[in-house]
Amino acid sequence: MASRPRTLYEKIWDAHVVETRDDGTSLIFIDRHLVHEVTSPQAFEALRLAGRTVRRPDLTLAVPDHNLPTTPRVDAAGNRIPIADPQSAAQLEALETNAPSFGIRYIGATAAEQGIVHVVGPEQGFSLPGSTIVCGDSHTAAHGGVGALAFGIGTSEVEHVLATQTLLLKQSKTMEVRVNGELGPGVTSKDLILHIIGVIGTAGGTGHVIEYRGKVFERMSVESRLTVCNMSIEGGARAGLIAPDETTFAYFKGRPLSPTGEDWDKAVEWWRGLHTDDGAVFDKSVTIDAADVEPTVTWGTSPEDTSAIGGSVPDPMSFADPNKQEAARKSLSYMGLEPGQKLSDVEVQNVFIGSCTNSRIEDLRAAADVLRGRKIATNVKWAIVVPGSGLVKQHAEAEGLDKIFIDAGLEWREPGCSACLGMNPDKVPAGERCASTSNRNFVGRQGPGARTHLMSPAMAAAAAVTGKLTDVRELVK
Amino acid sequence: MDPVSSIEGRAIPYGAKNVDTDVIIPAAWLKTISRDGLAQGAFETVRAQPGNVIDDPEYQGAPILIAGDNFGCGSSREHAAWALLDMGVTAVIAPSFSDIFSGNAFKNGILTVELPQEQIDRLMEVAKTDPISVDLESQTVTTPFQDRFTFEVDPFRKDCLSKGLDEVGLTLERSDAISQYEKNQAQTMPWLAKGTEIAA
Repeated sequence: MASRPRTLYEKIWDAHVVETRDDGTSLIFIDRHLVHEVTSPQAFEALRLAGRTVRRPDLTLAVPDHNLPTTPRVDAAGNRIPIADPQSAAQLEALETNAPSFGIRYIGATAAEQGIVHVVGPEQGFSLPGSTIVCGDSHTAAHGGVGALAFGIGTSEVEHVLATQTLLLKQSKTMEVRVNGELGPGVTSKDLILHIIGVIGTAGGTGHVIEYRGKVFERMSVESRLTVCNMSIEGGARAGLIAPDETTFAYFKGRPLSPTGEDWDKAVEWWRGLHTDDGAVFDKSVTIDAADVEPTVTWGTSPEDTSAIGGSVPDPMSFADPNKQEAARKSLSYMGLEPGQKLSDVEVQNVFIGSCTNSRIEDLRAAADVLRGRKIATNVKWAIVVPGSGLVKQHAEAEGLDKIFIDAGLEWREPGCSACLGMNPDKVPAGERCASTSNRNFVGRQGPGARTHLMSPAMAAAAAVTGKLTDVRELVK
Repeated sequence: MDPVSSIEGRAIPYGAKNVDTDVIIPAAWLKTISRDGLAQGAFETVRAQPGNVIDDPEYQGAPILIAGDNFGCGSSREHAAWALLDMGVTAVIAPSFSDIFSGNAFKNGILTVELPQEQIDRLMEVAKTDPISVDLESQTVTTPFQDRFTFEVDPFRKDCLSKGLDEVGLTLERSDAISQYEKNQAQTMPWLAKGTEIAA
């Protein structure tokens, strides 16, 4: 292997090259493939039509998540409750049939292990450090939090991976996002990633794989790292990475699909070398001062439209770029906001705590800490907590978090993608606002006409209590 | 995939920046198990506005779409490419594209043509009245007014597009190399080779 200093990305890339072609593209081996019901039916159909098989069913894991209602899935007698929407039902049935018929392990809708693919992968020990992971979903970037090269793919690529266990790729450029210093009290990984996207913009990482570097990330839990890497795609980067370390190894020890015995020792030995070498060069580098990061919310319809909670809705004319001025005007019109309006005066009618960005146990604890002994505001009409998986749900219930949520007036739901994109019945009504822990505030994302404000679980909980966007630090001193 | 050579016709002067795939095809339309029929949901939120350019009769059936920076950002849904195809769009011209969208477009025989903003501005003008031509072989965009803009295409993609190659078929021909990689991996990184079998 070359002795030239390499970045973490280059090390994982090099370890997965099957062959490199004359035109510079490489055939890259894919170690782990996650499949859900929305982006896979056309891929399975294409395999069937061409008479092709799945090369490595053992490296593929199928879980339904996007369409599943978050209301109870079995009745009192233990029978499955049918899904009302016939299209959702058909898509879910397609996965339930396709996975076993191609020999793929399938975690069904009523299994305790079911959940959002990006929560299930690390939780099961399927998404391992140093591996290449793909899924027909752009938030696959999340798995970079364990030090894996993970990225979203389209359905044609899903078909390609199923048939060949490889992808034909050009090496990406590398981008370093270095964060110096420490986050202040009450400032979380979600605030940090929203702030980063605000700085680099939604196209800042296009063509690049981001590596997040600095003490802040070293001190983060694996769950927080997953939150950061999850939203790399909102900064334009197909993948984000954080080097695996002792925190990562401890996280994986003993998980159902984690290596064991001699394999474990060999794996850890390899994982220890997975960091960017001194002297390795990034194509692009951005430095952020952690002290500049405040609890952050979005005001517009692009994830780059961020502001500290203490700030105001910007005047579109304050942007230098005429395109951005126009985009901001449209955003404010859609969002029903006025330039100069204080963000902490903006009322919300809905609260969504969940999504692959923020639905793990740590997220639920953070929200519960704010909600303990409090009630949601009277103007909040709909507030739901959707755990990322059945195992997260069990864990939260064992800690009594469900009671805290229910006592405060929130609904405690079954796991899935839910109101992040409203493919299931969980939608935000037109013209209403939602304090949401999800990842996209696009026009119509949470339902036609819905107005999304992205924020951390603690901030969403604070908004539920006061009925408006709120600096959580005022509630938790 | 059918071979792609040149695309000529009217172009929709859409021009918007950061067009995300939720705009191209909202999530409610992703519940299909087919690739067809998505034109109905394409740009649904844009088309809800009276006087929008997508529904302008002038551009019905236009094979080209002109947009701003970062076209196709957001979700990985290939439905965005399928929706454009179903509308009859086989080339998108913009200053830049998101990585996942440009890959999805390529795999469906849609050309993604990157040109600098000032050339885009010129094409936006031309598109209002006249057709535009995109030629893959010569890698040029031309107008009836002697405009001639050249664009870059990855050589592998150009080859696949112009021959209509099936990428899965091509990679399956490399099965021996993949088997060799798997054999090595089982030796050097056995934990990665085990997948879902560990707890079975």
